[in-house]
Amino acid sequence: MGAHTDTHGGAAHGSVKEYIWGLIWSVVLTAVPFGMVMAGGFENGLTLVVILLCAIAQVFVQLIFFLHMNTSSEQIWNTVSAVFIVLIVVIVVLGSIWIMNHLNHNMLMGH
Amino acid sequence: MANKATIVTDPHPIFGKLTWDSIPYHDPIILTTFLVVVMIGVGVVGAILYYGKLRYLWDEWLTSVDHKKIGIMYIIAAFIMLIRGFSDALLMRSQQALAVSDTSGVGYLPPEHYDQIFTAHGVIMIFFVAMPLIVGLMNLVVPLQIGARDVAFPFLNSLSFWLFVVGAMLVNASLFVGEFAATGWLAYPPLSGLEYSPWVGVDYWLWALQISGIGTLLSGVNFFVTIIRMRAPGMSLMKMPVFTWTSLCANVLIILAFPILTVTITLLTLDRYIGTNFFTNDLGGNQMMYVNLVWAWGHPEVYILMLPAFGIFSEVTATFSRKRLFGYTSLVWATACIMVLSFMVWLHHFFTMGAGASVNAFFGIATMIISIPTGVKIFNWLFTMYKGRVRFDSPMWWTASFIITFTIGGVTGVMLAIPAASFVLHNSLFLVAHFHNVIIGGALFGYFAGLTYWFPKATGFKLNETLGKWACALWTIGFFMAFMPLYVLGFMGMTRRLNYYDNPVWNDWLLVAGAGALIVLLAICVQFYQIFASIRDRKKNLDLTGDPWDARTLEWATSSPPPFYNFARTPEVRDRDQFHFMKEHNLAYKQPESYSRIHMPKNTWAGIVIGLLSGVMGFAMIWHIWWLAIVSTAAMLISFIVYNFQKGKDYYVEVDEIVALENEHFAKVAQATDASEDGEYSVRQRGTPLSMPA
Repeated sequence: MGAHTDTHGGAAHGSVKEYIWGLIWSVVLTAVPFGMVMAGGFENGLTLVVILLCAIAQVFVQLIFFLHMNTSSEQIWNTVSAVFIVLIVVIVVLGSIWIMNHLNHNMLMGH
Repeated sequence: MANKATIVTDPHPIFGKLTWDSIPYHDPIILTTFLVVVMIGVGVVGAILYYGKLRYLWDEWLTSVDHKKIGIMYIIAAFIMLIRGFSDALLMRSQQALAVSDTSGVGYLPPEHYDQIFTAHGVIMIFFVAMPLIVGLMNLVVPLQIGARDVAFPFLNSLSFWLFVVGAMLVNASLFVGEFAATGWLAYPPLSGLEYSPWVGVDYWLWALQISGIGTLLSGVNFFVTIIRMRAPGMSLMKMPVFTWTSLCANVLIILAFPILTVTITLLTLDRYIGTNFFTNDLGGNQMMYVNLVWAWGHPEVYILMLPAFGIFSEVTATFSRKRLFGYTSLVWATACIMVLSFMVWLHHFFTMGAGASVNAFFGIATMIISIPTGVKIFNWLFTMYKGRVRFDSPMWWTASFIITFTIGGVTGVMLAIPAASFVLHNSLFLVAHFHNVIIGGALFGYFAGLTYWFPKATGFKLNETLGKWACALWTIGFFMAFMPLYVLGFMGMTRRLNYYDNPVWNDWLLVAGAGALIVLLAICVQFYQIFASIRDRKKNLDLTGDPWDARTLEWATSSPPPFYNFARTPEVRDRDQFHFMKEHNLAYKQPESYSRIHMPKNTWAGIVIGLLSGVMGFAMIWHIWWLAIVSTAAMLISFIVYNFQKGKDYYVEVDEIVALENEHFAKVAQATDASEDGEYSVRQRGTPLSMPA
């Protein structure tokens, strides 16, 4: 930041500390599932769950540490938008999985 | 030479798949249309050059970033495309009226041509008529309603417009060079895959929708940011005019839904161009995933068209009932509910394609639930009119016609939401009647109400009222005559998209529907004549005050047409119906003591240049002219970079210029006040509080 102090319409800027923490988290969250697959020997189901959880955590790390989302009042629109987007994505993804399961079963797709 | 029925694997290095045979000069209908279009085109270009207007057109319109001018250009383009889309409708209606074997043979349209016509009709009416009408109205009105100087990203707005124009031009080009998709407006695979549609029709569909869809997405982001960040001081969310609210929700839907379309179209493009197997029959492809995704976009799209129309009716009803809108809060929440629910119903477009009872039940009930907030709105409008002193100017005619027509369409929608009924009615003319009932009787009538209502704001004079009422009456009668028979035919088992049938019982109803389409034709002619006559007689209908309807919201507080900077001083908002509040408290029509200079964006070449280059890129991709695709894509990137490094994109309007423009406006207001001494109009009277029942 230094001497340059003008803020762009209330948008947050990160500190060096924040960026380093973000970097560490994202490396860890990438290394863990990658390591599990490379090392092998883990149960398939467990590997899948860990990959999925790390992926979701990764999204939040990116949003919080690099896109600087938080719940402060200037950020309220970012947060509201993000929550709404997550809601819609969940609806569309879960709905699609549910629907496609039915269709695959009833229409014998791929069998 | 390219054969339409075979897959071209080795396009010519320079011309791709394009050959002389690509031009259907042997078809008299297309050839005649082509000649007419060429003559009109030459005439228009000739007139522009003859009168030396090219410079004016380029400086004032084509490169403009002014949201009002972009809005007007969207609406003009929409009307041009309406002629094309409606011609397709007339062709289909006449074909179906004729094509009954034992009386008059098979009609005059061969199946492959007929299939292109119904596909083009759907694509054009949704993407290139309804969308530009509503985006055009949002452009025209939203920044004025919130007291902003322009949209948040003016260059992006211009680019959006030109991307839309390119999409429309690609669809029109397909009529004369090559073919259009013959797949239905949503191009389901495997029919739209390379195996069953080997020539360029589906590629025209892909690139026209992809390019204009990206334009729409950019518009959505632009208007969302504009409404969130650029409202006048004091305008909290719950003080926003209803049209702005419904536009906000529609833009949220655009931001969330259009990426689904973009990705789905991209996957189909990859299937057709580089041999992937997302939606093919074999190698793990799954066509139902396409249907699923395309409707996950498609249903929100319905509400993108519908919600702003609801906003228009709300503004019109309140203004012409001379009352505050009944139940503003409930209407806002109903809109927000629809915004969420519209993402939870997409399966009802394919109830019969293999989902089980639990899925169908869930989506059927979710669909029925949407009718609740929609019903709330109907009552909002009815109760606004109740005990109001309703003035039946032509925007109110459209509103009254809408309430009746749309309610019928809503009821047949709830019928179709019952999965068991859908198994009987799906893919029949009942469905066709239903969605025309809600799109024409709901969205389109709303746009016409909005166009009549805001026309004086955009141009400075009103549309001819008598002709407007004739247009509304003819549209309504024509609509009922054209589509009620289709409900009957649906029950009689007639499926949609038939090129030919052999059941003589259906013919009578199709003749009635055809006659209805002719009445709609008459209505459209009246509308074009209305615009012509209103421009001719504009001196009689001048709007000197900027408030021809005694309206309530902020856009009427500035002159008609507004100065390019909209408001000389940014208004401070105190009330939901701000302009009505100003009139009541004697704050309207007061010239401020002083002005300060205004910061404005400059016009730019970049929107039209990048837009048109994307058209070249699309055309090259359609015809597999790879070198041209690469060159035009590179040119787009370079243009964008050059634009970004360009300095001086903005300037200040100096006080002298503002004073001159504002003095002119206030002189006109004074002129209107003097004229009212004769008792016809009175600014002062209209400034006094109106009696407000309820």
